[in-house]
Amino acid sequence: MSQTLQATSLLAVPMAPLVGSALAGIFGTHLGGNKIGRGLTHSLTILGVFIAFVLSALTLQSVAFDGARFNETLYTWMVVGDLKMEIGFLIDGLTAMMMCVVTFVSLMVHLYTIGYMEEDEGYNRFFSYISLFTFSMLMLVMSNNMLQLFFGWEAVGLVSYLLIGFWFNKPTAIFANMKAFLVNRVGDFGFILGIGLIAAYGGTLNYSEAFAKASELGALTFPGTDWMLVTVICICLFIGAMGKSAQFPLHVWLPDSMEGPTPISALIHAATMVTAGIFMVTRMSPLFELSDTALNFIMVIGAITALFMGFLGLIQNDIKRVVAYSTLSQLGYMTVALGASAYSVAVFHLMTHAFFKALLFLGAGSVIMGMHHNQDIRWMGGVRKYMPITWLTSLLGSLALIGTPFFSGFYSKDSIIEAVAESTLPGAGFAHFAVLAGVFVTAFYSFRMYFLVFHGEERYDQNPDIHHDHHDEHGHDHSPHESPWVVTVPLVLLAIPSVLIGFYTIDPLLFGEFFGDAIFINADKHPVMHELSHEYHGAVAMAMHAFSSSPFWLALAGVISAYYMYMVNPAVPTAIKRLFHPLYVLFENKYYLDWFNENVLASGARVLGTGLWKGGDQAIIEGGVVNASWRLVGWVSSVTRQLQTGYLYHYALVMILGVFLLMTWFVWLK
Amino acid sequence: MNITLGHYLTLGAILFALSVIGIFLNRKNLIVLLMAIELMLLAVNMNFVAFSHYLGDLNGQIFVFFILTVAAAESAIGLAILVQLFRNKSSINVDELNTLKG
Repeated sequence: MSQTLQATSLLAVPMAPLVGSALAGIFGTHLGGNKIGRGLTHSLTILGVFIAFVLSALTLQSVAFDGARFNETLYTWMVVGDLKMEIGFLIDGLTAMMMCVVTFVSLMVHLYTIGYMEEDEGYNRFFSYISLFTFSMLMLVMSNNMLQLFFGWEAVGLVSYLLIGFWFNKPTAIFANMKAFLVNRVGDFGFILGIGLIAAYGGTLNYSEAFAKASELGALTFPGTDWMLVTVICICLFIGAMGKSAQFPLHVWLPDSMEGPTPISALIHAATMVTAGIFMVTRMSPLFELSDTALNFIMVIGAITALFMGFLGLIQNDIKRVVAYSTLSQLGYMTVALGASAYSVAVFHLMTHAFFKALLFLGAGSVIMGMHHNQDIRWMGGVRKYMPITWLTSLLGSLALIGTPFFSGFYSKDSIIEAVAESTLPGAGFAHFAVLAGVFVTAFYSFRMYFLVFHGEERYDQNPDIHHDHHDEHGHDHSPHESPWVVTVPLVLLAIPSVLIGFYTIDPLLFGEFFGDAIFINADKHPVMHELSHEYHGAVAMAMHAFSSSPFWLALAGVISAYYMYMVNPAVPTAIKRLFHPLYVLFENKYYLDWFNENVLASGARVLGTGLWKGGDQAIIEGGVVNASWRLVGWVSSVTRQLQTGYLYHYALVMILGVFLLMTWFVWLK
Repeated sequence: MNITLGHYLTLGAILFALSVIGIFLNRKNLIVLLMAIELMLLAVNMNFVAFSHYLGDLNGQIFVFFILTVAAAESAIGLAILVQLFRNKSSINVDELNTLKG
């Protein structure tokens, strides 16, 4: 293990954004009396994230080229019995890559925010939050133990909550952030149960120590049942991942999280935070590898998410929601890859997805700015000629998303489909069908959005919700305008990796030694990666081969049908809508999951709560225990009070009688 | 007639019984109550002195001194309370003093 990595420089990676966030949050807001202005605030926070990014890039360099590793505990927070709670860093290929993705996307989003939030009152607060997020996410990915992982996990959840409800005067935003918070609690409950089980049976929270005991854990069964303990642990941990990474049925918060400002949709709800679950499962691969049941569960959940969330994207009219459902679907792809034991493929897709999805979101944000905060794609169209940079970068992002050969999304997504095809788990058949069908769906909704926004006739005047007076105040005309350079530069910088990174990194990431010991695969039982590397003959060959395989033609079919339906013959979608009306209603209501949650789970919980309140608290505890006990005491004392007359001679008589009795007892009876 | 221990003890018992009866039967005057208590202490003193004499142990008589001292202090306090009581209630009638209850 070479020691080119210094603890201090690693510590500076999460600390720099934290300092920026604290300064901006304290002195840039009412809290510290608005001491620093907007310019200084964004300079400070961007500087913090920039330092983090440079140090992360250097770390990645030494990890990738010098094979540097770092695994040390820096601080012991507390020791309870044999259980140590520590703060430490584990740096290997997986961590270094995540650090770079997080800091790079975060840096782009910081820059972009200068333009996007320009007119917003909460400018400084926003910068403070996103820097805090960067700190939390870095703590999460750099951790070498589960406690710090959990800390980062909750901290990113907190910032996500704060940012979804950033516009706290908007009732829908408050509803959405509460929903995200509650749904994530369900996931976190599973997650902490999983960590608790590892701590209880492994006696440690440290990754490497816990993984060293993996085979020991694998031999145990869950007390009172004949389930494998490790299956229970893995499913608990994966429930955590389902909450954070928005997997069916805990995905419901992600579409609503679009209530927040667009930069955080890009940073948190597309590129980084929602992939924390994928990262966590990959990190825990030595445990997940022990349980086929858990892997199968993961694969089926991922497949459901990948296909069915894609369907919902087909009918959305809000530009951000289309991208949000696309994110859900892509997260489903990553989860399927995890289930197929192709962890490196999942992380590879995580990385490429982070770039092109952040790009798509920021592009959508740029369009929203250009359209004077109209988000409905029905009232857009023809934006291409007004916003050329946004148009081009969004096109590149969409092409990457649908998996066009040579684009980064192609390499990761095609690898996932291949991996699932090679998997021997029982759920693999269904998963393979789902991811293949998902390719068509992805291409269709991506290009439906693309055509409706950037091509076709201009429909800006047809928006029934438009407020003319609002526009007069700002002195805008109706036609869109290109965004300022702070917005377009991040778009261009994100577009470059979206196109290229897959081509250049597939070799080391998937088939090379980059991840090394970060990912453990039981090659005898799950030979997926082995099979993949047999079929792999270089990035160019893979892309050329794609032209003769089904995913490419499915994607092309998706694009063409989107073009036909929304450009050539707009009557077709209406006809389809009429023909499949029940299906449309089902999609419109998001499979009635929100309805189910509200009317069955939430009101069930409310009925239970009311029952416990009325029956348990009011009747038994308050009526039965508390009130009855004071009434009993009152009754007893009202009886005994009769004995107390207040006359001195009565008391004296009782005393004398008492003395006689005692004396009698002492003298004669004892 | 030879005076024996029994005589003294009988006198003590009679005095004690008188004072007990005085406490119980007295319905009018609080001063009588105080006097009855004094009498009760004297009855006990009588027993102490008698035993002390017949057993040849002076400890009993030393005890009597203590008891007398305490009794004097007690009756002083008792009378002081009585005066205050009369000022407040304009009565020292035992039957009217029944506020010592819950």
